[in-house]
Amino acid sequence: MLGIFFPSIPVKGGDFVDLSTIFNFQQLVNGLQLGAIYALIALGYTMVYGIIRLINFAHGDFYMIGAYSIYFFGVYFLAGHTGIHPIFVFIMAVIISMAAGALIAVLANQIAYKPLRYRPRLSALITAVGVSMFLEYLFSSLPFIGPSYLAFPNDAVIPRTEYLLGGVHLNNYQIIDLGVAILLMAFLTWFVRGTMTGKAMRAVSLDKDASKLMGIDIEKIITITFLIGGAFAGVAGLLAGITYPRINPYMGILPGLKAFVAAVLGGIGIIPGAMLGAFLLGIAEVFATSFNSLLGEGIAFAILILVLIFRPQGLLGEKTAEKV
Amino acid sequence: MKIPNFLRKSTVQFLLYSLAFYLVIYFLNQLNVLSGYPLLIIEISLIYVILATSLNLINGFTGQFSIGHMGFAAVGAYVSGTLTTLIWKLSVDQPIYQTLPLFVIALIVGGIAAALIGFLIGLPTLRLRGDYLAIVTLGFGEIIRTIINNIDYVGGPRGLLGIPQLSNFTLISIFTFLTLYVLRGIVFSSHGRAFISVREDEVASELVGIHTTKYKVLAFTIGAFFAGIAGGLLCHLIQIAHPTQFGFLPSFMVLVIVYLGGMGSLTGSVIAAFLLTILEKYLLPLGLQMLSAWTQPTFGFQVGVEWRMVIYALLLIIMMLFRPEGIMGMKEARFMIPEEH
Repeated sequence: MLGIFFPSIPVKGGDFVDLSTIFNFQQLVNGLQLGAIYALIALGYTMVYGIIRLINFAHGDFYMIGAYSIYFFGVYFLAGHTGIHPIFVFIMAVIISMAAGALIAVLANQIAYKPLRYRPRLSALITAVGVSMFLEYLFSSLPFIGPSYLAFPNDAVIPRTEYLLGGVHLNNYQIIDLGVAILLMAFLTWFVRGTMTGKAMRAVSLDKDASKLMGIDIEKIITITFLIGGAFAGVAGLLAGITYPRINPYMGILPGLKAFVAAVLGGIGIIPGAMLGAFLLGIAEVFATSFNSLLGEGIAFAILILVLIFRPQGLLGEKTAEKV
Repeated sequence: MKIPNFLRKSTVQFLLYSLAFYLVIYFLNQLNVLSGYPLLIIEISLIYVILATSLNLINGFTGQFSIGHMGFAAVGAYVSGTLTTLIWKLSVDQPIYQTLPLFVIALIVGGIAAALIGFLIGLPTLRLRGDYLAIVTLGFGEIIRTIINNIDYVGGPRGLLGIPQLSNFTLISIFTFLTLYVLRGIVFSSHGRAFISVREDEVASELVGIHTTKYKVLAFTIGAFFAGIAGGLLCHLIQIAHPTQFGFLPSFMVLVIVYLGGMGSLTGSVIAAFLLTILEKYLLPLGLQMLSAWTQPTFGFQVGVEWRMVIYALLLIIMMLFRPEGIMGMKEARFMIPEEH
């Protein structure tokens, strides 16, 4: 669709690459789908950062755990219980993945991050790296999981159907990914803007000490933040699992980093910024990958460096003077 | 009369201890007490000493948070490996007076290449605070790995094979002691004070006239140079350079060494490098084997060597929770501190 604006350009070896094969509606849909998954991870990143100023390196592993929870759900439960209504199965999968992600996130906070709350921020950051490595290597060492790729039971969770709409290939996974992401984002926006807990969260992220004086239980708010962030990462793991049905214990590293880049791109600590950044990054990555796979792998970090140099506060962030 | 620098008491002590360490290991090796695998572990420990002390300059003394240190080592390893293996086609059969100078040149070129990359990475630190920098260095490590994976000339994902084994215990020791000597000189000079003041308070050190950006970039450049040399030594010891050797995991192990030893303590890094390398390469595999001998018949469950990384990560978390200052804290052994004039 966008292709009519781009002429063919010559590439090395005398071939011509038709730019309309790269910038078209099909790739835009793929980019939005990838962006939806990044958005769900980035929201947790940005919320945790907004509240306690910690880059939670283990966040990508909450996403991995969400995917594995559904793998076990599929292998040990669904295989023995056929004939449940598919919508019910999917709702169960969403709940299980959210619960798994939230549980691990809250545990990580309670065990590893809470004792370090008033220590230098770097200590918590190193601990986060430790938690991330611990989860990855624990999963790859456990004999019933192992380091190799496992096939995700995507057809058991929800069968794939294809549609052809005006020359664009669509499938129900794309619609589900986008639908779930948008639904959860709407929920989060309502939660943060419309409830007392959300108000308390905003207060804590603005000024921890003052909100303590106002009678807000900071630890409770932090736990809720980890709970929501972990649940979103878990459901992102489910969506990634059905879309790209190969999972391994290290699957969370790169999406986690890219989601962080998305959060920085939109303005870290800002919830709408994380959504915008994630969709932009997803689209940019799909376009770049269809151009050159090496470029696709590196574009997220190139974007990160450019953003940090030219607009460190992110697209939606306001410039603040550094406090002394 | 002014005493020349190299004749001062602590310097003499440092040189004597280094020489004593070298001679003890050398003769134990000659007597076949330490030959083979134990000697290899000591050699790898020494290379980790270089990696950890150079990362300590960036993380411990300058207070930056770089977690992609092995990326610099990868640059050094691939540049020096390409020079010796693919361009000069050296082999261990050639006489040593032909290979040794070329090998040292290759190592230094590798170090300079890594330093150049370190300089480029250091530049954006101008704008970055601790945690953003961590992500950039991590991303940089990934980019380096992706690039190496895609260069067919150096073997791509197969790795650079057939590197001649030009590193030996003597050469590795010399480079390690040189690194320690140079770093201790830097850290306790007025430049070293500037690094530490950047760590303690950036705004205040700017106010007393310290060019903070210059020192951050300098720390990255120096740290990367030594990491590049360590990478060159490593790939000429184990005769292969492979992208996975320089991924996030090895970088993380160097990080653990620095934090276990103590941020801002070169002595701590040296102790922790030996401790953790011996633990990882010798004690843990042995311990896990013994554990397996018990769990296998009892539970039918084998505890493989891969569990050592789980223990490693747990060690890091537990250490951060209970002793965040590491083994040595910020203290140094006496002979690591040059005397004042």
